Amino acid sequence: MNQFLQQLINGLSLGAIYALIALGYTMVYGVLRFINFAHGDVFMLGAYVGLYARRYLAGQTQAGPSLGLAVSVLLISMAVCAIVGMVIERLAYAPLRNRPRLTVLITAIGVSLFLEYGGQQFFGAGPHFFAPIIPSYKMHTGALSITSNELIVFSVTFVLLIALTFIVLKTKLGTAMRALSFNPTAASLMGINNSVVISFTFGLGSALAAAAGILWAVKYPAITPLVGLLPGIKAFVAAVLGGIGNIPGAALGGLILGVTETLVVGYSDLLHIPPSYKDAVAFVILIVILLFKPSGLLGKTTSEKV
Amino acid sequence: MDSLLELRDCTMQFGGLTALSKLSLQIGPRDLVGLIGPNGAGKTTVFNIITGIYKPTSGTIQFGGQSLVGRKASAIAARGVARTFQNIRLFASLSVYDNVRAAFTMHLKHGIAHALWRGGSFGREESEISDQVIDILKIFGLEDQRDVECKSLSYGDQRRLEIVRALATRPKLLLLDEPAAGMNPREKEELMELIQFVKEKYQIAVLLVEHDMKVVMGICMRVAVLDYGEKIAEGTPADIRKNPEVIEAYLGEEAKGPPPAPTL
Amino acid sequence: MRPKIYFLIGVLVSFLVWYFVPMDQYIREIVLTIGINIILAVSLNLVNGHTGQFSIGHAGFMAIGAYFSAWITTVGAPTWWPSLDLSGGLAGTLVFLGALLAGALLAALAGLLIGIPTLRLRGDYLAIATLGFGEIIRVVIQNTEVVGGSRGFSVAYGYATIFWTYLFAALTIYVVANLVNSAYGRGFLAVRDDEVAAESIGVNTTKYKVIAFVLAAFFAGIAGGLYSHFKQYLHPDRFNFITSIEVVVMVIVGGMGSTFGVIAAAIVLSLLPEALRFIPQFYQQIFGVSLPHLVDDLLKNRMMIYSLLLIILMLTRPQGIFGGISGRPAFLFKRKSVRADGLAS
Repeated sequence: MNQFLQQLINGLSLGAIYALIALGYTMVYGVLRFINFAHGDVFMLGAYVGLYARRYLAGQTQAGPSLGLAVSVLLISMAVCAIVGMVIERLAYAPLRNRPRLTVLITAIGVSLFLEYGGQQFFGAGPHFFAPIIPSYKMHTGALSITSNELIVFSVTFVLLIALTFIVLKTKLGTAMRALSFNPTAASLMGINNSVVISFTFGLGSALAAAAGILWAVKYPAITPLVGLLPGIKAFVAAVLGGIGNIPGAALGGLILGVTETLVVGYSDLLHIPPSYKDAVAFVILIVILLFKPSGLLGKTTSEKV
Repeated sequence: MDSLLELRDCTMQFGGLTALSKLSLQIGPRDLVGLIGPNGAGKTTVFNIITGIYKPTSGTIQFGGQSLVGRKASAIAARGVARTFQNIRLFASLSVYDNVRAAFTMHLKHGIAHALWRGGSFGREESEISDQVIDILKIFGLEDQRDVECKSLSYGDQRRLEIVRALATRPKLLLLDEPAAGMNPREKEELMELIQFVKEKYQIAVLLVEHDMKVVMGICMRVAVLDYGEKIAEGTPADIRKNPEVIEAYLGEEAKGPPPAPTL
Repeated sequence: MRPKIYFLIGVLVSFLVWYFVPMDQYIREIVLTIGINIILAVSLNLVNGHTGQFSIGHAGFMAIGAYFSAWITTVGAPTWWPSLDLSGGLAGTLVFLGALLAGALLAALAGLLIGIPTLRLRGDYLAIATLGFGEIIRVVIQNTEVVGGSRGFSVAYGYATIFWTYLFAALTIYVVANLVNSAYGRGFLAVRDDEVAAESIGVNTTKYKVIAFVLAAFFAGIAGGLYSHFKQYLHPDRFNFITSIEVVVMVIVGGMGSTFGVIAAAIVLSLLPEALRFIPQFYQQIFGVSLPHLVDDLLKNRMMIYSLLLIILMLTRPQGIFGGISGRPAFLFKRKSVRADGLAS
């Protein structure tokens, strides 16, 4: 039982990171009906910006890991990536607003590859080491142990989710976002500036992805410019699992995926599935969902009108 | 008269919305029937359940004695039901010639193997098809534009091409969805002549959804009126024009349109 | 001229070049790579270009063909017929061709099994599903010890010659071009342009999509089999998402739906890494100074150049370089509204 709970904690902390990335996918899809293939690479950028920010800040102040350092790194990375996300949208996606989704999808693949291989060019192929930003310790309750890494993942994710819920439900921009996801034409007729809202959505999603990137780097400190590939695709699966376009769904999907993946590895003997199949878990879930309930767990099935 | 197409008590529900309610309709093999009603009455939905795009929630649809419900749209087309669309759906990257040629795939005697091997019988069938495509284009005056990209055609020509493509499938029933939309009066006159010509030459039944009363009253033998998914009246154009419920639901001022054409 | 004659000419030329033209190892490798890429690009074009279904898992089918045929020639055949000399001659050739066919058929079967459920999906969902399956195939191969898994797999004999490679390239072109240019083949284009309208004229869209998908998988399997008997070493990482994207780039750059275009793109993009390697040298010779280090570095980053190519192309000329010739693929331009035809009427 203890092992199960321990695995659960591990799985939830992984799932929290997936959830943060998945939220960006789902918000952009909700507003534009478009899968931003490059989102996983913003996650990667977040980790790298954090790495450089940490070097700079720690260098300036000669400080070691601390809460203050962690918060500063997070905020800097989130701000930078929010801007990057908005710039990408303006340059590569906005001009294609009236083109079929296929064209934009191909462009997104191009942006993704550009970020990955440009990253290799700019940062080097890696791996690069992300120095700790919080002091490490372990908490023990009974037979379970929770490390500071997991604590920071849970607390940051919790705070960000609360903030996101507030933004989406209580602010004008958030409400505009929801309006756009239902009916862009009506939204603009109501006086909403669609372009601004779309930019905002990209910025918000990118900030969350950046936070996810930092949290990932805290857990797995060796990062490369290609680090966004797998988590990006898996987070997308999580978003589809929860119901693409549905914000609580993305969070739920992320958690489910993280837990499932961890349990498959943790119980690989029992399940007779070699741990090296863990990456396939996400894809199998994807296929199953697409075949049986493409609208996801929390999504609504909409029939197309002809 | 044996009916060619028979809908009986067809209901179509989309979640909470009832688009059609217990609709019954009969069309004989040589009929020209019009389907009218206010926007949202369910007219295109009728087309969609006949052609298999939607499956009716309940009710039966018989065509030539066989049920259409639950069949794939392409299978229904293969049985002889052809249609045009409200917003013209031509194959945008294909030429006029190829748009019509695509309609012949249904009746091909050979399949992939022949297309690859390209033996004698393949060549013969291809040139037969080619002749038939040219013939039908000639009949409808589109032959000299055969290699033109269909997007470059005039609006009226595009509508005509869509009808030609539908006819190329050798249907027994032709469904026309608002063919007069966006046309000027002269084009509408030509359209009315075209529909009557098609019906006579190909000996088919035609079911027509239209908003333009002049067109409907001008050529239809019978008119059915839908409102909120229910059939509220059916009869000759003259009867419909006088029907108080219809006038109330829809016709209003247009009831004073031109007298109906003599029955064909 | 009848297409069959073109095909026979192609085969003849391949034979003559293989037999008579001496080539050093380096050039030979480039020529073989071009041939394999032509097969991949033309076959993918059938699905992505002619039928308008966006599949980005092509590498998975290539992998199946590569690994299965390699297993047959390296492990299977020596076990079944231990006394045969498989290094060349008639026996070797027959085993090779048999293995090639077997690999392609297995790939085609995978195409059928994968295609039937996923071709129901549209647009981006289809893309992600094919991506997912491509990755699943790769992970499965990675975990299959019999073919070396992540340690790699050495293939016994290098049967793939210029003759065989280009014979199959000619065959691929013949099949795809002939299929599409027949009355039957217009069905593929109809499915691409407007599925609802295609169904209304009796075109069974699912059947056409699956046929395109299975055929494409078959030829990807052939390409894989040729690849494995050319490089003589296989590793699952060679068949990942990036490889699929490289083929997709060829199809997009060449022009979706233009067979000629994708062949040209396959040739150009296969030569690109070599050309990029020469640019610094040319520059040096012409201008006397070497390129700034940054530019030199950038030129070596082929994927970055591909990605910029994709972005710029989509923004300016999404139909690719040659896509405008045989009809502009409207499906890349016209925004089809999800709420297609007339609303309630």
